[in-house]
Amino acid sequence: MNRYPWWKYSILAVALVIGLLFTLPNFFGEAPAVQVSSAKATVKVDGSTAERVSQVLGAAGVKADFVQFDGTSVRARFADTDTQIKAKDALGKALNPDAADARYIVALNLLSRSPAWLTKLRALPMYLGLDLRGGVHFLMQVDMRAALKQAVDTYASDARNALREKRLRFSGITREPAGLTVGFPDAASAEAGRGVLADRLPSVQWSTESAGEGSSVRLVGRLAQQAINDIQAQALKQNIETLHKRVNELGVAEPVIQQQGADRVVVQLPGVQDTARAKDIIGRTATLQIRLVEPDTAAAPEVVPSRERDGSARQVGLKREVVATGDQLKNASATIDQDQRPAVSVRLDDVGGRAMRAVTRENLGKLMAIVLYEKGKGEAISVATIQGEFGSDFQITGSFTPQETADLALLTRAGSLAAPMEIIEERTIGPSLGAENIAKGFNSVTYGFAAIALFMCVYYLLFGVFSTLALAFNLLLLVAALSMLQATLTLPGIAAIALTLGMAIDANVLINERVREELRGGAPPQQAIHTGYERAWGTILDSNITTLIAGLALLAFGSGPVRGFAVVHCLGILTSMFSAVMFSRGLVNFWYGRQKRLKGVSIGQVWRPDGSGVGGAGGTGGTGGGAGSARPQVES
Amino acid sequence: MEFFRIRKDIPFMRHALVLNVISFITFALAVFFLATRGLHLSIEFTGGTLMEVEYAQAADIGRTRAAVETLNLGEVQVQNFGTSRDVLIRLPVRGAGAAAGKGGSDLAAEAFAALCKAEQGQVGSRQYTTPQGEQVSRSSCTKGDGSEPLKLQRTEFVGPSVGAELARDGALALAVTVLGIMIYLAFRFEWKFSVAGIVANLHDVVIILGFFAFFQWEFSLAVLAAILAVLGYSVNESVVIFDRVRETFRRMRKLNTPQVIDHAITSTISRTVITHGSTQMMVLSMLIFGGPTLHYFAVALTIGILFGIYSSIFVAAGIAMWLGVKREDLVKAGGGREHDPGDPNAGAVV
Repeated sequence: MNRYPWWKYSILAVALVIGLLFTLPNFFGEAPAVQVSSAKATVKVDGSTAERVSQVLGAAGVKADFVQFDGTSVRARFADTDTQIKAKDALGKALNPDAADARYIVALNLLSRSPAWLTKLRALPMYLGLDLRGGVHFLMQVDMRAALKQAVDTYASDARNALREKRLRFSGITREPAGLTVGFPDAASAEAGRGVLADRLPSVQWSTESAGEGSSVRLVGRLAQQAINDIQAQALKQNIETLHKRVNELGVAEPVIQQQGADRVVVQLPGVQDTARAKDIIGRTATLQIRLVEPDTAAAPEVVPSRERDGSARQVGLKREVVATGDQLKNASATIDQDQRPAVSVRLDDVGGRAMRAVTRENLGKLMAIVLYEKGKGEAISVATIQGEFGSDFQITGSFTPQETADLALLTRAGSLAAPMEIIEERTIGPSLGAENIAKGFNSVTYGFAAIALFMCVYYLLFGVFSTLALAFNLLLLVAALSMLQATLTLPGIAAIALTLGMAIDANVLINERVREELRGGAPPQQAIHTGYERAWGTILDSNITTLIAGLALLAFGSGPVRGFAVVHCLGILTSMFSAVMFSRGLVNFWYGRQKRLKGVSIGQVWRPDGSGVGGAGGTGGTGGGAGSARPQVES
Repeated sequence: MEFFRIRKDIPFMRHALVLNVISFITFALAVFFLATRGLHLSIEFTGGTLMEVEYAQAADIGRTRAAVETLNLGEVQVQNFGTSRDVLIRLPVRGAGAAAGKGGSDLAAEAFAALCKAEQGQVGSRQYTTPQGEQVSRSSCTKGDGSEPLKLQRTEFVGPSVGAELARDGALALAVTVLGIMIYLAFRFEWKFSVAGIVANLHDVVIILGFFAFFQWEFSLAVLAAILAVLGYSVNESVVIFDRVRETFRRMRKLNTPQVIDHAITSTISRTVITHGSTQMMVLSMLIFGGPTLHYFAVALTIGILFGIYSSIFVAAGIAMWLGVKREDLVKAGGGREHDPGDPNAGAVV
C-alpha cells in the first residue's frame, strides 16, 4: 500500500531538478560589470549597441566574459575590478567623444557570476532589496490639485488666445478648481465664443448661463471627469518619465521607478548612499513658468519674491496668463551671454514657441518673469525686459552663478515635472549594514534549521531524517520559486523564510505523531504509515489554510517590507504542503514501501500506556518499556 | 525517545473555570496597559525621522543627545542599538511652526551635520568603489586627520500621512484575517468552534499587544506582521484540537463533552508541544542571530507561540465547552459511518 506510481516519483524528481536549477544562480555571487544605457531620449540602445561595445572592448584589448543586451541596456561582465575600470574608461571615451554632451551613460555595476547557460534558462538570482544591498528609497506624492490647477491655467490662456485671435469681445476669464468661466457682453458673442472654445478646447464641456446683469452672458466650462483623470494620469506619467531622466543623469545602474497607487511614485536607487545628492537631483520638485510681469503689484493676482543680483529680495507682481511652462522646454544648456554673465540657453517646443512669439510681439518693452515653483512657493529667478520678438529659442539671464546655471540647465533638460511632488517616505541604508543584514538573516535560518534538524533526527530517528530532508526540499523550492518570480529579497523576507520553515515542520510532526499513534494502537507498520499520512493530511490542510488566510490579508494590505514578508510566507505555505506531505511520503515509500514483511519502522520509541514500549524497530529505537513506568503518572 | 507518556486523559476541562479566570485577568491587564500606557509606535506609524549612526568608539549617548537637541525639534529619542557603538536617533515630525520651507526629509542631514560638528568633524561626500567594483557614494563626516568619527548607517523618513495610512491598513489586515479565519472555521466545523477559536486567538493578540504596551517595546510594521502570522499559526493549534474533538465524538460515543475534549487535547498534546518547540527554536535563532532589526519581530513571535499553546488548549476548548458543543453539532445525522472499517482503534476507549 505504500508504493508510489512512477509518475509520482517523476513529479518529485522534476520538482527537485527545477528547484536545484533555479536556486543555483543565487550561490554564484556577483562579478564586476559595466552597464551602458541611453542618456537621451533620441539615443536608442539595442543589439547593435552591444556589437559596438564588443568592438570597443576588443580594440582596447579588454576581455569581457560576455556582452549582452537586456532590453534597455547593454551589460558586459568582467573577471575583476581592474579590467572593469579599464573597460569603463575605454567605453566612456569611445561612446561619448564629447564629454559635455554625453549620449550614453556608462556605469559600473554588478552582475551575477552564474554561468551563461543558467541565464539562458532564465534562471536568475533573487534581487536583493535595499536593506540587504544598501541604497536609497523614496516615496513621492504627486500633488494632483496642482496638476489640475496648472492644466486649468493653460486652458484659460488658450481660451484667451483663441478668443482674441477671432477678435471676439469677452469681459474676462475666471478660473475654477476644475473648469473656467468666460463672461460675454451679449448672447450673440457668447454663442460665437462657444463655437470657438468648443473647437479649441474639446475636453471642456460648455454651458451658457445668464449672468443676471443686463444682456451679459456667462459661458461655464467644466472639465469632464474623464479629462480630469487623463490630466492626472498624464501628470503622473510625465513625472515618472522625468524621474527616469534625472536618475539617468545620476548614472545609477539599476534604478526602480514605479507608480504606486493613483498618485505616488516609488524611486529606489541601489548603491547610492548620498541622499543629499540624490535628493538634490530627484527630489527637486521645481516647476517652471514663464509669465508677464504686472507692474502694479497691488493689482497683480500673484506676487512672488524675485532674486536680485545684489542678493536683496524684491516683490514682483505677475499677470495671470502663463506664457509657457517647464514641460514645453525642449532643451536647456548653460552658456555665457553677450555681457559675459552666466545664462541658460533655452529651446521651447512648437506650441511654447508660438505662444512666446505672440506674447513678445504684443508686449515689447514690457517685463517678463521666469518663475520657479518649488514646494508650492514661487520665486522669480529672472525678470527681464522683452527686447524684441522671439520664438522658441532664447536665453534666461538672471543673478546666477555658473554652478546654478548648470544645475538649472540639468533640471530643465531632464524635463520639468508636470506637477510638484513631495517626498513622503525616505529610507537610506548603508552598504555595510546591508551586508550585515544578509549575514544575520542567513545565520538565523541556518542555526534554526540545524536545531530543528537535530531535534527531529534524535526524536523521530529515520522518520526525522525524512522530515529534515523534506524541510530542506521545502527551502529549496521556496528559494527557487522566489528566484523564478524574481522577487525582491528583504530582511523581513528572510525572517519569513525562517518562520515558514519553523511552521512547516508542523506538518511532519503531525504525520510522525499520527504514525506513532497508529503503531501504539497496534497497527502493523505498513498500515500505520498509510493511515498516519492519510489522517494527518486533513489536519495539515486545515491548519495551512488558516495560516494562508493571515498571509493573504498581509499581502493585500501590507506595504513595503511587510509585503515582502507576506509574499514569502504565502509561497512558503504552498511549498511546504507539497514537500511535507508528498516529498516525505515519497521518501518513506521509497525506503519502506518495497519491504513486504516490514517488522517495524524507525520512528523513535513508541510508548504504550500498558508499559510495553515498542522500540523503533530495526534496532534503531530505544528500549522504552522500562523507562515508561519511571515517568510520573498523571492521575485523573 | 518519547516525551509524553500519558496513561489517562488529563482532565483539562475540570480546571477550565480557573484557567479561564486567569486568562480573563491577563486579558484585562493587557487591555489596561494598552489603555493607560498605549503602544510605543514606530515612526512607520507616527511619521518622523529615524537615524542609525555608528561611532568609531563607544558612543556617548549624552553628547549625542545634546548635539541633536541643539536643533530644537522637541522630543528626541537617543538609544543604543545592538552594540555600544551604534546609536538610534528618533526625531519627531517637525512642528508646523518650524516647518517653513523645509520638508521633514531634510532633518536627517541636519541632524547628521550637528552630530558631526559635536565630534569636530566636517560633513562631506565620499565616492568610492566597493571591492566588487560597484560605485557608491555616501555622505561622510571626516576629521582633520582623515578619520571618520561616525558613519551614517541608515536613515528613514516617513511623512505623517503615510503613517496614518499604514496604521489603517494594519487594522484592516487584522480585521480581514480575523473574519477570514472565522468564516473558514464556521464553514469547516461549526459556529461555536469558530467563535471559540477566534476569541482564544484574539486573546493572544491582545496579550502580545499588552506586553508591548507594558514594556513600551517598539511596535513596528514587522511586529504587526509577526502578530498576524502568529494569529494564523495558533489558530492551527485550535484547528488540530477541534479536528480531534470531532473525530473523538464520532468514535467514542460513551464519553460526554468534557471527556471528549480532554481526550482530544491529551492525544494532541505531544504534537502541540513538539511543533511549537520546533517553531520556537527557529524564532529563538532569529532572536539570537537576527540582530536588532529582527529583535521585536522575534519577541512578538515568542510571546505569540507560548500564549498560542496556552490559549488553544485551555481557552479555545473551554469556550467551545461553555458554548455547549454537542455531538450532534459535529457528527452529521445518519451516523452509520462513525466506525471506520479500516480503523483498528474503532470503538476503542483509551
